[in-house]
Amino acid sequence: MAHKRRDMLIDPMVDNNPITLQVLGICSALAVTSSLQVAFVMAIAVTFVTAFSSMFISMIRNQIPGSIRIIVQMVIIASLVILVDQMLKAFAFEISKTLSVFVGLIITNCIVMGRAEAFAMKNPPIDSFIDGVGNGLGYGLILMMVGVIRELFGAGSLFGITILETVNNGGWYVPNGMLLLPPSAFFIIGLIIWAFRSWKPEQVEEREYKIQTVEAH
Amino acid sequence: MSDTENQPKGPIGRFLALPSDSVPKTIFVAVAVCLVASMIVSAAAVALRPLQEVNALKDKQINILQVAGIYEPGTDVLEAFQAFEPRILELETGEFTDKFDPASFDDRAAADDPATSVELTDDPAGIGRQAQFVTVYLLRDDAGEIDKVILPLHGYGLWSTLYGFIALEENGNDIFGLQFYEHAETPGLGAEVDNPRWKALWNGKKLADENGELQISVTKTAPPAGPEHHIDALAGATLTTVGVHNLVNFWMGEAGYAAFLDNLKAGEI
Repeated sequence: MAHKRRDMLIDPMVDNNPITLQVLGICSALAVTSSLQVAFVMAIAVTFVTAFSSMFISMIRNQIPGSIRIIVQMVIIASLVILVDQMLKAFAFEISKTLSVFVGLIITNCIVMGRAEAFAMKNPPIDSFIDGVGNGLGYGLILMMVGVIRELFGAGSLFGITILETVNNGGWYVPNGMLLLPPSAFFIIGLIIWAFRSWKPEQVEEREYKIQTVEAH
Repeated sequence: MSDTENQPKGPIGRFLALPSDSVPKTIFVAVAVCLVASMIVSAAAVALRPLQEVNALKDKQINILQVAGIYEPGTDVLEAFQAFEPRILELETGEFTDKFDPASFDDRAAADDPATSVELTDDPAGIGRQAQFVTVYLLRDDAGEIDKVILPLHGYGLWSTLYGFIALEENGNDIFGLQFYEHAETPGLGAEVDNPRWKALWNGKKLADENGELQISVTKTAPPAGPEHHIDALAGATLTTVGVHNLVNFWMGEAGYAAFLDNLKAGEI
């Protein structure tokens, strides 16, 4: 059992990563990765929401009527997200200013819904909680990887600390402005997926169709 | 969860044992989940509101201190802020009014309230409605004379409305500084409005020329009026720059603080 739970936590990092394998949560990954600090807080917020929403949903899973299960899940997720938003505004005001709308958008993050529907509805609370933490961390891992690349080469800093002195501030580094725009995250995530699947070929999806070869008569 | 072997006990137990898809159970679960969730959310909102308000107020005060050039990390914000005198200004007359209490006056609410605001037809700053009353901050020197005035301004950039303050010297024409405290412009491009080096460009610029014509411009090349009215545009952020240019001109112009600045120059404040 203990072994299984460890797998639940570790699996979503690489083998079953919500972003690279399931390609979920891309929207927010584009939006919040231009600065590492914001990406970090976002990763924690998503982990918190995924873990607790999975746990609560799992606790009442046998009582949730199938006909309204999605909306019940949404209510629980949305409440947790509002909670996170309120906490950030109270205790991390500066960061809440930069995260602004993206915290609210955690509600629509496919990872949270996906884990609720795919795992929490069928598994006990503690397992669901661990699964939520694992998936949140898997999401956070990719966020941090993208964030490091975007902030370092786009703004010359990491966590707001200058690493490459930019020309604007009298240094030598000409920042790559495109990295600060959302489309660049697409390319970076695409490259990360490529790297992951080259490393672990079993992640490559099977083709949905094959081109038939017809023998010429 | 009740098994088939154990008979559920009590009315609640029997109710929970109903099939999940039955109509009463569906309604019960929906109501119960909503009730619990709304209670938690409202409790959090009410409990955390004082902290949030303190944060928002402190953030604004820090920005006022920064634009006036007296903020350094570690400054006691509340104490330093005592030096400022908040007053409510009526834009049209350019005179202070005691109709509202500066401590409780909400500039943003005033801009939405039809009683205190007007709908703009000529709206270069892209703000829709403009309040007729705004909170301005006066910084006096030791002799009690006005040293600087801090005027709020806002306008639309590329993605967002930029909210900020401009600090003017006592002559009502020399800019001491400009600072935005709330915006959502592109990080690294439009968000460079927060870059200290760019903000420093504003210091010492003049709003109007000798004839009293408003000349301040935020553009790529210096205008004919001369470099003392020109702030260099932000590289790669044309639309944010245009937004800043428009909003500064709007607020310093006839629809904004022109009447107040005239009074200030005439020494009537």
